[in-house]
Amino acid sequence: MSIMGTRVKRTEDPRLLTVGGTYVDDIRVPEMTGAASVTFVRSPLGHARITGIDASAALAAPGVVAVLTVADIDDLPPPPPAGEPNDAAPLPLGGVWQEPLLAVDRVRFVGEPVAMVITDDAYDGEDAAELVSVDYEPLPVVVGPEAALAGESLLFPDAGSNVARTAGSPADPAAFDGCEVVVERTISNQRLAPVPMEGRAAAARWADGKLTVWVSTQNPQISRFIMAGAFGLDPGAIRVVAPDVGGGFGAKIGIDRDGLLVAWAAKHTGRALRWAETRSENLVGMTHGRAQRQTIKIGGTRDGRVLAYRVDVVQDAGAYLRLGGFLPFLTCTMAVGPYDIGHVETAYRVVVTNATPINAYRGAGRPEATAAIERAMDLFAAEIGMDPAEVRRRNLIPADKFPHQSPCGARYDTGDYIGALDQVLVGAGYAELRAEQARRRERGDVVQLGIGVSSYVEITAADAENGETARLEVHDDGTATVYTGSSPHGQGHDTAWAMLVHDDLGIPMDKVTVLHGDTDLIPLGIGTYGSRSLQMGGIAVHRAALDVRDQARRLAASLLEASEADLELDTERGLWHVRGDPASARSWADIAGHAGADGLAASVHYDATPTFPFGSHVAVAEVDTETGKVTLVRHVSVDDAGTVLNPVLAEGQRHGGIAQGVAQALLEEFVYDADGNPLTGSLADYAAITATELPSFELLARETPATTNPLGFKGIGEAGTIGATPAAHSAVIDALSHLGVRHIDMPMTPMRVWAAISEARSHR
Amino acid sequence: MKVTMTVNGRVVAAEVADRTLLVHFVREVAGLTAANVGCDTSSCGSCTILLDGRSVKSCTVLAAQADGREVVTMEGLASGPDELHPVQQAFRDEHGLQCGFCTPGMVMAAVSLLAENPRPTEDQVRSGLEGNLCRCTGYHNIVRAVLAAADAMEGMEQR
Repeated sequence: MSIMGTRVKRTEDPRLLTVGGTYVDDIRVPEMTGAASVTFVRSPLGHARITGIDASAALAAPGVVAVLTVADIDDLPPPPPAGEPNDAAPLPLGGVWQEPLLAVDRVRFVGEPVAMVITDDAYDGEDAAELVSVDYEPLPVVVGPEAALAGESLLFPDAGSNVARTAGSPADPAAFDGCEVVVERTISNQRLAPVPMEGRAAAARWADGKLTVWVSTQNPQISRFIMAGAFGLDPGAIRVVAPDVGGGFGAKIGIDRDGLLVAWAAKHTGRALRWAETRSENLVGMTHGRAQRQTIKIGGTRDGRVLAYRVDVVQDAGAYLRLGGFLPFLTCTMAVGPYDIGHVETAYRVVVTNATPINAYRGAGRPEATAAIERAMDLFAAEIGMDPAEVRRRNLIPADKFPHQSPCGARYDTGDYIGALDQVLVGAGYAELRAEQARRRERGDVVQLGIGVSSYVEITAADAENGETARLEVHDDGTATVYTGSSPHGQGHDTAWAMLVHDDLGIPMDKVTVLHGDTDLIPLGIGTYGSRSLQMGGIAVHRAALDVRDQARRLAASLLEASEADLELDTERGLWHVRGDPASARSWADIAGHAGADGLAASVHYDATPTFPFGSHVAVAEVDTETGKVTLVRHVSVDDAGTVLNPVLAEGQRHGGIAQGVAQALLEEFVYDADGNPLTGSLADYAAITATELPSFELLARETPATTNPLGFKGIGEAGTIGATPAAHSAVIDALSHLGVRHIDMPMTPMRVWAAISEARSHR
Repeated sequence: MKVTMTVNGRVVAAEVADRTLLVHFVREVAGLTAANVGCDTSSCGSCTILLDGRSVKSCTVLAAQADGREVVTMEGLASGPDELHPVQQAFRDEHGLQCGFCTPGMVMAAVSLLAENPRPTEDQVRSGLEGNLCRCTGYHNIVRAVLAAADAMEGMEQR
């Protein structure tokens, strides 16, 4: 019997629950014995010219090995020439927008690396970093997209503008002509800090012409590629190891400048080095996510048919253009969401500001798209006085209209959006919730009830054409080894890949070893982001297993002197036998023992096209109308990610995604003051969501297999986040809609909610 | 200064700088790397261990304060590789961990919570773990694990 779809416990956990994982800061290999510590000197100002750096006091301090500044970086090739702007290609652009490794003569955000202090002891590093004297001449600070667009102060004077990229269609003045109702509003999709529990960390050693770098990354092979380019080294001279990685959420894609500097400094000084950032460093130094200002315009008829939709995005990319240029492209690709709308326009501008650079964060462009259109749907529903679930039902793409070519450029392969909506409404008891809401309104309760509904479709493995690698070896002791180019940070790859091998070959899961995250073992691979792992890396393993099975069939035929067509694999017992003759059985060990010099093995590079998971969420919130306090009391979700390999893993992804989505709606925001100083630069200030702020979640199952890969898998890593934010957002506003509240920007803190109630009451 | 403590039943003594934090003593001197440093404001709980049987955030305790006392980390919970503590077993059974970084602290906080309140409600579990952040699980399965562990431990006492 296939174990596909069964609840298999993770093979990773016994180790993680007894001795704990081995994260970068836990590396105790002999070659790192006596490694020195790196402490970064970071800019305390949002925007300033550097007029001098004096390291003499630091160099005289106890235990200091070296202090490195940009002047020491004399052994690297020049940065590549400016890239051509391209809709689908991620920035960085380079050229006039080039991000340096250490600040050259200007700092552009609080937390930017200015110098590195290397000490024998980590505690001494913190003291010595304080002694590095940097002279700054403050420059006018650009905080937020409006200031960037005003252009009174430029981050990159040679660029002549703070606008790095403009794309999309101009507004068609006739687009909304046929609409009976048009609603327009500018909303914020606020800046968030990813906060993986393990911050960034790197350890590096240069010996015998080879650079070995342990780094907390989602993509060891991409990290190696970046390093080879930055250092002018042959990739073969670099080994990157991603050991256990304590969460990533997009912010550990590749390797960023701090990690590159640690690796460079190890080569430059000849000392083995280690660095694990503090949380306060992490909150300003690790990339942030979201940070879009969106102007949404929606129009339609009074009977609930949406005819036209436009979204204008201003993407705050922070101080340097990393994926900040790519995210609004994805937002616009998914702008129309799961709806069938006749006229859709999208446009975006990417601006630089004196803030931490923006990069992928769980969902990366798609939560922003969903938040925008779901807010638009609610505003439209409120304007025509129709139930928001009913407005959605009237505009969702019907199940019989797939594949569906969206006007924004995506081709949705399969879907049943109305089915998902109806399922979640039934599961939540929507009608009864509305009745309870009516009773509370009738009574004039202080604590009102709100119900938020969201529908979404997202794109996963958006870069599926880049493919993923797998190698499978079956050994003559009956065990198997998987080498995967995918690289986990909590998803459970070891369990999932072993399940796939077991399902295809019948080799017991405990005899399957899954290896990942070491470029010496696995030189080629992409890694983990964009909810691509199972549908790319998993299918690559499946393909390798099928190849091995074909080879084994030939070997078994030869061994048993039977025709290949007569051979059967008993996947229950992992035995090959001639049909009708169980006594002829040969084990995998036997067969592998008779393989030639190359062994019984297969290597696969699998590429594909993206998939389009979808779903609907219902959030139920209580809002205290006297204090503005919000309590999320229920969260119900349908997330259809196609065929489910292991419900335990899929549900875990949904739980985590929902929590992060709710956190954006209710709690989290990275805030700067008018001078570009972070106000949420520690976990004492940044409102990372806790167990007390969440209910247990109610997950409903739904599987519509993808048609674009052989096992029907779609991604599940980001769906929860994408669906949860607008549902929770909507629930709070819905609780107050009878008071006339139509919108509250996220996060909906008690202060903002209370202010919105007061404002609405003042108009009554 | 000289600091001596019992860590998971073993006496560990070392000459350390006065300002050495307990978490660094455990990780660097005792060589036990399960407890992690996840923040610098006592907010995240990844470094939670037991000091004389009660949970502490070991990034907020000086090694010197633990002199002469007894420390238990997650490595010291199980009696053998195949004999998980009921809390560890429940985290495994309920998928109460993903990346595993918060797990050593979360498990020790749960052990301490159940020692103080063997039959907590869901709300009491959530309140009890408010000082331990997890970014992967949304806390859903962690809460279920702690409740399951409470059931299991009660069952053991009755036997």
